[in-house]
Amino acid sequence: MSEQMTGAQALVRALEMAGAEIAFGIPGGAILPMYDPLFDSTKLRHVLVRHEQGAGHAAEGYAMATGKVGVCIATSGPGATNLVTPISNAYMDSTPIVAITGQVSSAMIGSDAFQEADIRGITMPITKHNFLVTDPDEIARTVAEAFYIASTGRPGPVLVDVAKDAMQKMTSFDYPDKIELPGYRPAAKPHSKQIREAAKLIVSAKRPVFYIGGGVLLARASAEFKALAELTGIPVVTTLMARGAFPDSHPQHMGMPGMHGTVGAVGALQRSDLLIALGTRFDDRVTGKLSTFAPGATVVHADIDPAEISKNRTADVPIVGDAREVIADLIVAVRAELEAGNQADLTGWWRQLDQWRTTYPLGYDIPADGSLSPQLVIERLGKIAGPDAVYVAGVGQHQMWAAHYLPHEKPHTWLNSGGAGTMGFSVPAAMGAKFGRPDATVWAIDGDGCFQMTNQELVTCALEGAPIKVALINNGALGMVRQWQTLFYNERYSNTDLHSRRVPDFVKLADAMGCVGLRCEASGDVDATIEKAMGINDSPVVVEFVVHKDAMVWPMVAAGTGNDDIKVAREIAPAWDTEEL
Amino acid sequence: MSKHTLSVLVENKPGVLARIAGLFARRGFNIESLAVGPTEYDEVSRMTIVVQVEDNPLEQVTKQLNKLVNVLKIVELEASSSVSREIALVKVKADVANRAQVIEVVELFRAKVVDVASDALTIEATGGADKLDALLKMLEPFGVKELVQSGMVAVGRGSRSITDRSLRPVERIA
Repeated sequence: MSEQMTGAQALVRALEMAGAEIAFGIPGGAILPMYDPLFDSTKLRHVLVRHEQGAGHAAEGYAMATGKVGVCIATSGPGATNLVTPISNAYMDSTPIVAITGQVSSAMIGSDAFQEADIRGITMPITKHNFLVTDPDEIARTVAEAFYIASTGRPGPVLVDVAKDAMQKMTSFDYPDKIELPGYRPAAKPHSKQIREAAKLIVSAKRPVFYIGGGVLLARASAEFKALAELTGIPVVTTLMARGAFPDSHPQHMGMPGMHGTVGAVGALQRSDLLIALGTRFDDRVTGKLSTFAPGATVVHADIDPAEISKNRTADVPIVGDAREVIADLIVAVRAELEAGNQADLTGWWRQLDQWRTTYPLGYDIPADGSLSPQLVIERLGKIAGPDAVYVAGVGQHQMWAAHYLPHEKPHTWLNSGGAGTMGFSVPAAMGAKFGRPDATVWAIDGDGCFQMTNQELVTCALEGAPIKVALINNGALGMVRQWQTLFYNERYSNTDLHSRRVPDFVKLADAMGCVGLRCEASGDVDATIEKAMGINDSPVVVEFVVHKDAMVWPMVAAGTGNDDIKVAREIAPAWDTEEL
Repeated sequence: MSKHTLSVLVENKPGVLARIAGLFARRGFNIESLAVGPTEYDEVSRMTIVVQVEDNPLEQVTKQLNKLVNVLKIVELEASSSVSREIALVKVKADVANRAQVIEVVELFRAKVVDVASDALTIEATGGADKLDALLKMLEPFGVKELVQSGMVAVGRGSRSITDRSLRPVERIA
């Protein structure tokens, strides 16, 4: 006979059985019954955060760094609505998290009760699926289904809203060993005919490019992809979500494409005759104006989510499937083609690509006034902390510089908010990553704008033993917005000056939150300051780098224009080679 | 733009209608008509959704619908190979002077009078959208006091059933 227990005990037990080791959350009235058995759990650690948004981003950081499902917990009403931003972020970036929220008692639902919010209704458009549980007998099965849905197919956030009385009533615990969801069919095997068709195109194209997205990381297919890339000798671009899926140092790597992509990567896509798009979704930040994107390219598009295929750009060869399976099948099919002697000559294409990347390498100017260059800080940080560290960026200029200048050599060491562009992601996500990978050095790279949205989680880091390091790139402004004002609004800096060189004093703030605070203002001190931070492992460290205010992110494709209009610096366009291949 | 009729089999669970209606609204599709009801299986409901949309966005909305965990199956019903019906209840002004004329129209359309008052008739009519439109046009001169119409329901012609193959419970190892 199954064990009798309260719904709350069943909820905790089910989370344990689903494999959850850690949950980030804050208790409150409606979720209180769960926190009582949680107090006794030896398998499930709870980290008490300072704001529910922090709990959600921490769950994301944990999931992105480990590949496991991240868990966050909040009470009803405002607790639950504070999870909306991280849930939406996880939805945009396909991160597997499960959010558990308390709901008012079932008899009160719909009565505008104290701290009542229809969080299931609110999160319908931003979750892969969500549940409202009012029957204690449904709790264990629902948790099992939530984990299954979050982690299979195209991953994503799942919310489980549990009414308070369902947690208080007795139930017999019964954790399902099989999941039965007749309407949920995570991707089928890739179609062999489509794979063969793709392989034929891959070996015959004259200007092919691998356009690699975050799906390759989610499928944990980096090693397989490297084998495919090397088998074909085709150039590779990795999107913002896929940095680290293919080593930056690899000679076939052309860098990151998109609005702030390298000339080589953008040019490769624009001039290609075959895009082999794997686990990517033709986001507007990559394509620019869609009608002018890669105009001469045939498109092979593989994705686990059929709805992504031909959503923005029509695919000539659609392949539905998990990136790892697709890549494995492609290796076999391409090898067969190569053995049959089918191989296009890519020499001319590579000559063109090499010309672009040698003529327009990434680079930045050292400010003439002697102030610190933010790009230099990030580049040095990457050199000193190395490719094994986990880097977690916020959103804005520092994120783009980090995407370019850090050593992206290994998968799952680059975490950021891509689709949603959530400022404030960095500190709490770094905390979650550190809990998931306690042996790794975890660097949050944050801006002064982002940092002031979620830095309260450094208190959590200090108290709960998550010694993360924060490189705070302080330019005193909402830098990316300021950059747009510089370029498109006649340098009218409406509400982008944060005055954060004056207030707050970030070193004192770090100190007040139980962290070590360091400040660096001169180029000559950068290495020594980073080394010093690297040596502190018993407490979180915040290093404020006071940097030049007017540094900009280049290259740039202005919003609404086509990729061919990329600028390598203000009003400087690359000279596209006209060589016919 | 063209008219498409989708038959959507869904799990009979709370919130499913909100999920589907929300998806259409969010992706910018206008639902022209929607009818929901039970099927021969207790745990399954069937929605008939009529949308005005281009082919390409239709494919996108179908794919997005398929991603909803509670959606079991989607079939597009072509007008030529399916039977579709709507029901209308029309309250028409009719007194002793013109009641016979109204009843004549009702009989021409093989509709039914379901309620009579001294100055009005309530008419029940079923049929395709064209037939109901034509009936309403004929009734208008008498004075339509009230009109209520159902969404369209539709079923494919022939012996095959869209519920046949889809509703075996699919088992998966967790």
